[in-house]
Amino acid sequence: MTRPGKRAEIVVETRGLSMHFGGVRAVDQVDFALRRNELRCLIGPNGAGKSTFFKCLTGQLTPTAGEVTIRDHPVAGAEPHAIAGLGVGIKTQVPNLFDDLDVHEHLWIAARRWHPEARTRQLVSQTLERLRLGDIRREIVGRLAHGQRQWVELGMVVAAEPWLVLLDEPAAGMTHEETARTAELIREINKDATLVVVEHDMQFIRMISETVTLFHEGRILMEDTMEAISADPRAREVYLGHRA
Amino acid sequence: MDLFAAQILQIVYGISNLALISLGLAIIFGMMRVINLAHGEFLMLGGYTVVVATNAGVNVWLAMLVLAPLLVGVVGVLTERLLIRWLYGRMIDTLLATWGLSLFFIGLVTSIFGASTSTTISPPLGPVRIGEYQVSGYEMFLIGVTLALLLAVWLTLRFTKLGLVSRGAMQNAEMASALGVSTRRVYMITFGLGAAVTGLAGGLLAPMTGVLPTIGAVYIAKAFITVISGGAAILAGTASAATLLGGVNGVFTFLTGPTFGEVAMLLAAIVLLRLMPRGITGSIFRKSL
Amino acid sequence: MILSQDLRGTAILCGLAALFTLIAPGFLALFTIITLTQVIGLAILALSLALIWGYGGILCFGQTAFFGLGAYAYAVAATNFGDASVSILIAMAVAAAFAAALGYFAFFGRVSDVYFAVITLTVSLIFWALIRRTSGPEYRIGDALLGGFNGTGAPPLNLPWNPSGFLFPEQTFYVAMGALILAYLFCGWLVRTRFGRVCVTIRENETRAELLAYDTRLYKLGLFSIGAAIAALGGVFFSVGISRVTPDVFSLQQAALTIIWVIVGGRGTLIGPILATFALYFLTSSLGGQVLLNTNLVLGVLLMAFVLGVPRGVLPSVMDLGARRRPTGRRGRRRPRRAAPAEPAE
Repeated sequence: MTRPGKRAEIVVETRGLSMHFGGVRAVDQVDFALRRNELRCLIGPNGAGKSTFFKCLTGQLTPTAGEVTIRDHPVAGAEPHAIAGLGVGIKTQVPNLFDDLDVHEHLWIAARRWHPEARTRQLVSQTLERLRLGDIRREIVGRLAHGQRQWVELGMVVAAEPWLVLLDEPAAGMTHEETARTAELIREINKDATLVVVEHDMQFIRMISETVTLFHEGRILMEDTMEAISADPRAREVYLGHRA
Repeated sequence: MDLFAAQILQIVYGISNLALISLGLAIIFGMMRVINLAHGEFLMLGGYTVVVATNAGVNVWLAMLVLAPLLVGVVGVLTERLLIRWLYGRMIDTLLATWGLSLFFIGLVTSIFGASTSTTISPPLGPVRIGEYQVSGYEMFLIGVTLALLLAVWLTLRFTKLGLVSRGAMQNAEMASALGVSTRRVYMITFGLGAAVTGLAGGLLAPMTGVLPTIGAVYIAKAFITVISGGAAILAGTASAATLLGGVNGVFTFLTGPTFGEVAMLLAAIVLLRLMPRGITGSIFRKSL
Repeated sequence: MILSQDLRGTAILCGLAALFTLIAPGFLALFTIITLTQVIGLAILALSLALIWGYGGILCFGQTAFFGLGAYAYAVAATNFGDASVSILIAMAVAAAFAAALGYFAFFGRVSDVYFAVITLTVSLIFWALIRRTSGPEYRIGDALLGGFNGTGAPPLNLPWNPSGFLFPEQTFYVAMGALILAYLFCGWLVRTRFGRVCVTIRENETRAELLAYDTRLYKLGLFSIGAAIAALGGVFFSVGISRVTPDVFSLQQAALTIIWVIVGGRGTLIGPILATFALYFLTSSLGGQVLLNTNLVLGVLLMAFVLGVPRGVLPSVMDLGARRRPTGRRGRRRPRRAAPAEPAE
């Protein structure tokens, strides 16, 4: 795990970010800042707003109010392809894959966006090896097991060599062993890239995190290390509910 | 002044005509998200019912108001049971299958009745005077019937048990069935009712247009763009889209003739969809029926 | 993943097609050759839909709009300019431009697939209605009368270097087959380029393609325009075959047939729909002669049967049977779409 330098630039920032669905304030006036090479986890109970916040970053949702900046580019309400085009790798909560295509094609398409043919082929081979997908490279993704599908999606993210990686529940539905491998992969990605990871799995978070942002009812409740948050009574209340 | 009134009535008739031919399709689409490409043929079958029955001696009002909706309603129920229900969730496949159904009906009617009408029937109401001008009494009647039909559908949806259950199933089918509603039956009845309304419309229009096996094609484009421009809400969508598109059609027909009236209507629909990709009631009047 | 990706298979197909082209005028009647030229035009139309729908996931019910635009544009241009080659290019350009405009509205406006499909059909029908009313002498573009529901003359093809060197029907047939083969090869090549492969991913999951930083709207626009140009080419041959173009090129029946050819032939393939066009054309011709079974009836039943029973079409199903006999099917298969629960799909 790399410790972000105190002077590392801010690469992702939101100011007063709000997302309302009718009367529901899914995200409410959120100010958020992320520094280069950080590995930030977003946690919070169901409905806390983390995934909605995430989608405001990826462009899948247009915020009702507020600003989002990625490396000084204002991106609130931008099209997802424009945001991804800034060099952002994205993995969504429900795996978004090309079910009728094989693993190789997934990685190829991801890498080819940024590189010419020769370099693409290199990257695809490297990624297949790195994620140990080599054996299934010709398998149709629609037929793969859930854990493998998650890795294919991670593979697509990695193959494009992004500088910023946004992952929504990368460990969802994984076995213990798969989770550990995913954590290892994420730490490795963090050597060169900045990461934001939305997660539920506490053990997984402990394996990867430094700073954790706790969401509650659309706002940021706390931002600290996992140990500090675990010890904090407010956090416990948020997760376990109000004790009468 | 009288001329103005007569022309306005023409435009109003155009709007109500659009609403009349679209309502059945809107019911089916609004409730079940099924686009029934055999809609034009349902209209055609309604028309044939009236012509055939009337020629066989049945009272024309009975044929139009009872027989046509009844027959086409039954056809609708059969269609749902035998074809549509295998294809729920598969929107494109439903489009294709109902297109096949449309061809089938055209072929069937052509085989039985031949490619052109034997006789037509004349409108059962005569002209009505407005000052110095005459307008078709039957057209006025149709405007009234259309309004009555819209009202009837609204009352059914809003105040009857069937309406409530249907709206529930439409919004959340799983929840409705968890509450004991047979969504299968609701869909079957809905499709049947949509077809019946369409049959009624086809029967009512038979005196105006005559019947041919291929007459569905005349209606289908207009009904579709009305329903799609209207959006998800059945009544508000149909009414607003019919008013807007029918109005454009009417005005441009008056200014430039029917051909460009239709072109203007199409262009208006395309622009509308560009601005409101989910139809009018996808953007405004969203919670309406 | 489909036959055309197997280079050897493609070579065999083209070889057979070329052979057929050369020997056909020898043993087929002139009338059949002329009819075949028309059917080739229809096959090119089917190919264009197979490309944009099967590979790009763009369902267009009104591909006939471009087919007809191409036919009429060719007729008008050739009547005015007297040169077939230029006129063909004009026809393709007109169709592509129109498709680009329509596509811009649809794809950049994020109109849903289903709506788009029906809008394109509506456009075709409006063309049909419009053209049918152009009977008077005042409806002309340059020297070309539009002719209303009787249609207008489509001048025959001429040698590119000789404006009065008109081609005989057999020679027109050669050119048509050549165009079909070239169009087929072009499409086969296109789907293997990066552009084509991205279009396939858009078909599979547009969201994911966007998240990989591809502007899917542009790709769809491009593919749609290319498809329109190919459809227009089909329209040209459909009309030069009989030297006439009528409003029926835009008709609902023609639009329905195009969809049927692609469904029956196999939506994920290029060759399937081409073969289906020939097969179904000759099937319906032989049916048209007899009274017992109405053509529409048969087509309707066929369409319903295929949608319910053989949703992927003939060729993929046949290939599936072949693959199942082999121990390891290396090729990817198109699976039928998993039926989503019946919820409002916007």
